[in-house]
Amino acid sequence: MIAIIDYGAGNIFSVRNALNYLGIENQLTDAVSVIEKADKIILPGVGAFPSAMKMLENKNLVSVLKEQAQKKPFLGICLGMQMLLSKSYEFEECDGLDLISGTVDRIPAQDLIIPHMGWNKLEIQNDCELLKNLPDEAYVYFVHSYMATCQEEKNLSAWVEYGGRVPALITDNKYVFGAQFHPEKSGEVGLQILRNFANL
Amino acid sequence: MLAKRIIPCLDVRDGRVVKGVNFQGIKEVGDPVACAAEYNKQGADEIVFYDITASHEGRGVMLDVVRETAKKVFVPLTVGGGIKTVDDIRETLRAGADKVSVNSQAVQNPQLIRDGADIFGSQCICVGIDAKRTKAGNWTVYINGGRIDMELDLLDWVKQIEQLGAGEICLNSIDTDGVKQGFDLPMLKAVVDAVNIPVIASGGAGKLEHFAEAFEKTDCSAALAASLFHFKELTVGEVKTDCRNKHIIVRT
Repeated sequence: MIAIIDYGAGNIFSVRNALNYLGIENQLTDAVSVIEKADKIILPGVGAFPSAMKMLENKNLVSVLKEQAQKKPFLGICLGMQMLLSKSYEFEECDGLDLISGTVDRIPAQDLIIPHMGWNKLEIQNDCELLKNLPDEAYVYFVHSYMATCQEEKNLSAWVEYGGRVPALITDNKYVFGAQFHPEKSGEVGLQILRNFANL
Repeated sequence: MLAKRIIPCLDVRDGRVVKGVNFQGIKEVGDPVACAAEYNKQGADEIVFYDITASHEGRGVMLDVVRETAKKVFVPLTVGGGIKTVDDIRETLRAGADKVSVNSQAVQNPQLIRDGADIFGSQCICVGIDAKRTKAGNWTVYINGGRIDMELDLLDWVKQIEQLGAGEICLNSIDTDGVKQGFDLPMLKAVVDAVNIPVIASGGAGKLEHFAEAFEKTDCSAALAASLFHFKELTVGEVKTDCRNKHIIVRT
């Protein structure tokens, strides 16, 4: 069973719809006992970093998520991916879950439209289990104004071009994965990525 | 690089898909959920549901259609028509829409754009515009399905929309809509050049090459069509192949 963390932010229903469509057992939850029992965890998120972190803190989920991420596959999506990092500078300096070393800053693209919204092509940096069985040209759907920067190159699995390299998929190379894009809105490619996660 | 988007629009009345010519002589065909699934299969980058009766008959949006579609179709969904309040936006997003498109309501109450963007994020708020050229040569904004000329200058309006926090503009030309002679390129270019948010071209596509033409001659981010796809004159896949042949980046 995959626990989808329901902390009051964002696109939980889309994620749930996609998992249901794929026949993957899942549960929306903010209960520590369910999170501990789950085989895998998905942390979704839409909105601003500081308020999302505050919501996790208010529900006392920060420590259980950090602990469980050392034990079982854990996928952060969009803001949920950014929250995997050490620190964000969205509005104010704010600590993240620090599961992957790095920071979150505004997309530096100067002459480009922000948010980075639409379909962009994944460029593979390092092989990753979640990228198995994808077509050569794999497009995924993005909506974001801030982006992750990993301290170490080895944590970057895939990026896309948007006024420079924008990290798209990151990993701690153990259990933790973060997708800046929305696999639940990325058509067949996105469904395959979710299937890959479920099969870990 | 971001791909240019091809967006089929499903004009829906009473839960059924329809498409009129110049907003008149509406013919009825099709179940919206099945149509959305078919477009998804063809490679649609996004799907728009537009409740064409809602804005002047005061009906709410078809949330059940959205809910059912969101269970089967995993590309972004936009819903327009009849969205008047922040609560309407919330309800629509909760039903599974990724964006809402506000049109007449935004002209009458621009604060709706700001409130929607503040609460749900700019990326959720698309502003739909119906505009028509005046005798003087500029364009003005119409509401209620192209029935009422608000005598509001189009370029003033799009700048205001951007300021209010809209994430996107869907620009429909009343002059070219349903005429099938191509998008209204002068209007489209004027709007794209006036703002720094994505602009979707709407109204007038009749042939394969009209899509590529819009992307080659303006910096629009997406192109939308309804009847052309709905009556199977073209598929989304054929449009994308033509664009790709002309070196326009589209999602495969």
